[in-house]
Amino acid sequence: MPPERNRTETGQPGQGKAVMVRADGVTKTFGRGASMVTALDRVSLSINENEFLTLLGPSGCGKTTLLRLIAGFELPDAGQILLDGQEIGHLPPYQRPVNTVFQSYALFPHMSVARNIGFGLEMQGRPASEVAQTTARMLALVRMEDMADRRTDQLSGGQQQRVALARALAPHPKVLLLDEPLSALDLKLRKNMQIELKRLQNETGITFIFVTHDQEEALTMSDRIAVMSAGRILQVGTPKEIYHRPSSRFVADFIGDINIFAATLEKTGPDGATVTLPGGGKAVAQVHAAGVVPGPVSVAIRPEDMHLTAAEDKSAAIRGRIGNVVYFGSGNNVHVTLADGTEVIVRSNEAGAVDSPVGIAFSPGKLQVLED
Amino acid sequence: MADARRPRTMDLRKQPGFNQIAWLCLIFLYAPIVVLIVFSFNDNRSVVRWTEFSLRWYAAALDNQGIRNATIVSFKVASVATVFGTILATMAALATTRTAPFRGQTLSYAIINQPLMVPEIVTAVSTLALFAIIKQLTGLTGIGYLMLAHTVFCIPFAYMPIRARLEDMSLTLEQAAADLYATPFQVFRRVTLPMMSPGIVAGAMLAFVVSLDDVIITLMVAGPGETTLPIYILGQIRRGITPEINAVSTLLLGLSVILVTAFFLIGQRRR
Ligand SMILES: Nc1ncnc2c1ncn2[C@@H]1O[C@H](COP(=O)(O)OP(=O)(O)OP(=O)(O)O)[C@@H](O)[C@H]1O
Ligand SMILES: [Mg+2]
Repeated sequence: MPPERNRTETGQPGQGKAVMVRADGVTKTFGRGASMVTALDRVSLSINENEFLTLLGPSGCGKTTLLRLIAGFELPDAGQILLDGQEIGHLPPYQRPVNTVFQSYALFPHMSVARNIGFGLEMQGRPASEVAQTTARMLALVRMEDMADRRTDQLSGGQQQRVALARALAPHPKVLLLDEPLSALDLKLRKNMQIELKRLQNETGITFIFVTHDQEEALTMSDRIAVMSAGRILQVGTPKEIYHRPSSRFVADFIGDINIFAATLEKTGPDGATVTLPGGGKAVAQVHAAGVVPGPVSVAIRPEDMHLTAAEDKSAAIRGRIGNVVYFGSGNNVHVTLADGTEVIVRSNEAGAVDSPVGIAFSPGKLQVLED
Repeated sequence: MADARRPRTMDLRKQPGFNQIAWLCLIFLYAPIVVLIVFSFNDNRSVVRWTEFSLRWYAAALDNQGIRNATIVSFKVASVATVFGTILATMAALATTRTAPFRGQTLSYAIINQPLMVPEIVTAVSTLALFAIIKQLTGLTGIGYLMLAHTVFCIPFAYMPIRARLEDMSLTLEQAAADLYATPFQVFRRVTLPMMSPGIVAGAMLAFVVSLDDVIITLMVAGPGETTLPIYILGQIRRGITPEINAVSTLLLGLSVILVTAFFLIGQRRR
């Protein structure tokens, strides 16, 4: 089977950094016959040295499977996994310089906190003095010095989480895999741990591959995000790129509030594509997806990238009538119904009277053509 | 709304007569044992008429060469059967829980546990028949046959708690160890084995008690000079119950109680 490319891979690794992990056309299926599940479908992805990459996607899209393939708990059906330039796809887990923070933490209940943290170094056959030193350093790094001799079942969820982190960091792996490590924590602890994780990543210089299905977590923590759906990677990019320039309807819909409406693409030019919007107005939209041709398309824009104007204003791209106004503290979400019935949400400080006609103007460069 | 605070399930203890029935059952279960123990301390040849407290039957039992020999045989056979039965049961439990799911996995559980369902007399007679053939073909004799028979029927008893323990243990711990550079042998040595050890100890003790206790298979398979303690007691009783037998039985009971209590405590630990 020729290594067919899996859609577009945007958000180039760039910045002159070396590629640490590369998945190349990786496919993984489970089961056989009628009950066969394709967990990963020709996934290609490059992750840089010292990068914080997040795999984001709905439940069952293959995030855990991709991590397990990199860790070595599963073997790929097709494709290659390279670590620091070397093919590792068929090595057993204990021969890969990759460590995992499991969602359930998986701390060894028959060992103390310190023994847990030192386990990896001990298995690598490091001298006892080095194991003790590194363990002490790791305990300090995760601020657990006082708990070295505790049993792991006497720790709170957040403490267990930090021990799991320290245990995975102690052998200084080339890559750290984190499978929804924060999902069991309450909101406040979660926010603290997000900051702590970022700090640890900066201090250790290790490449982090982080799995979450919380879009906010992904946006705040990542250098780049890979959005997955149904075993495929749909888009890879910085949080800004993913948020402001989603390439497909799925990515646009999955992250934050967004307005999507049907439009007609007239022609593409150097500044973008000219589209005709519902109601006949014309606007310039950005195209990031390859293979968009003139004809019916979907366009998308965030509520905060639009503002309300007078209905007769020339700068208004679309017009409608105000429906609901939802106040949420720092502003209003104004729901505007267009003539064809489409509902559009605009973020606005002032709210017009209900049922009054308004115009909606777009901030330049914010309207996106989506790949369907 | 007041009903919401009450447990919804029927409370059997509130049913009329429940307490009386429960006490009756307990009395029937333990009264014979109490009688046995009490009369083992009786300073009299009779096992029905109490005179006064004495340890003479214990002294007599410990002094009796027949009882001594039988005890030694029992412990020899039980030790060998426990060690080999537990090792085999451990391997069976690992193979049926720590490998990828395979066709006939459930069937394998049934096959391993089947000896518990087969009437023991059937196993005993068939073992006797098989051993007779082997003896005829090879000319070999000895206590090895008895040990082998005990090892075999100990396997399912040791297997059950070990498998239960392994099924409780998540595979993630072993994966975490492999992820931290432990080779498959190190994973077994450092994680699987210590984690499953309560199950192994429990299985071994169960096997030991079952072997110590066995009558039917032993009766069929044991050769001359291979009399175990239960067989010896059985032989003595044919000539009438003596307080000496009470004393030996009490000692045997004490040992079983100690082992079963330990089994229970180890099962409770590390839950
Ligand atoms: N061992 C397995 N056997 C059979 N199917 C599996 C196995 N592991 C995963 N799958 C299937 O592969 C698909 C991807 O699973 P995966 O665990 O990678 O999803 P995920 O993105 O991590 O989801 P979640 O966010 O719920 O953890 C799912 O459809 C799942 O049912
Ligand atoms: Mg998952």
